Amino acid sequence: MFSPSHFTAVLLFGLFASTVFGITQRETPQRMFRYGLYCFSLFVGSAIVLSWVMYLIAR
Amino acid sequence: MADAENKKAVAQKSAHDGFVFLPLIAGWLIPGAGHFLLRKWGRGALLAISIICMFAIGLAMQGKLYANAHDILEILGLLGDLGSGLLYVVGRAMGLGADSVQLTVADWGTRFIVVAGLLNIISAVDAHNLRTGRKS
Repeated sequence: MFSPSHFTAVLLFGLFASTVFGITQRETPQRMFRYGLYCFSLFVGSAIVLSWVMYLIAR
Repeated sequence: MADAENKKAVAQKSAHDGFVFLPLIAGWLIPGAGHFLLRKWGRGALLAISIICMFAIGLAMQGKLYANAHDILEILGLLGDLGSGLLYVVGRAMGLGADSVQLTVADWGTRFIVVAGLLNIISAVDAHNLRTGRKS
């Protein structure tokens, strides 16, 4: 059984979803890459921010 | 030079002949196949790798393949799973995936499988848009 950490799961999820979003939502390769990178950073960044918010609420 | 452009134009024309919904249906059944039919090899390969890996990782995490539709959440999960096309059919036929979710990781795996199906629907619709000329 594959048992990644929560953060690794977020990275994998963000990588695959961003790849599909980038290819399907933009038209030129350069814009696809930039949009994919933007989505990936939003996925990972929001996960980190929400994790800290939940940590601070729980204290 | 002109010969190469002519060949390219002929290849593009032959890719746009035939049944207009073929890339949509092929893309739904096999991830990336819609783009392959339209000779978008790089895009198709990246989409296929992303969706198949996401589905496989979900199964490896002991995610659940929805089989019943008893309540609204199961119906939504089943619809998401069906988006994977033949991946879902093969997974069910081989008895892959957990029967019930008992671990946190398995819950993430279930979400991976559902989202892989939803991403496959997005990519199939993208192939259809390429076929109809709505996107280049």
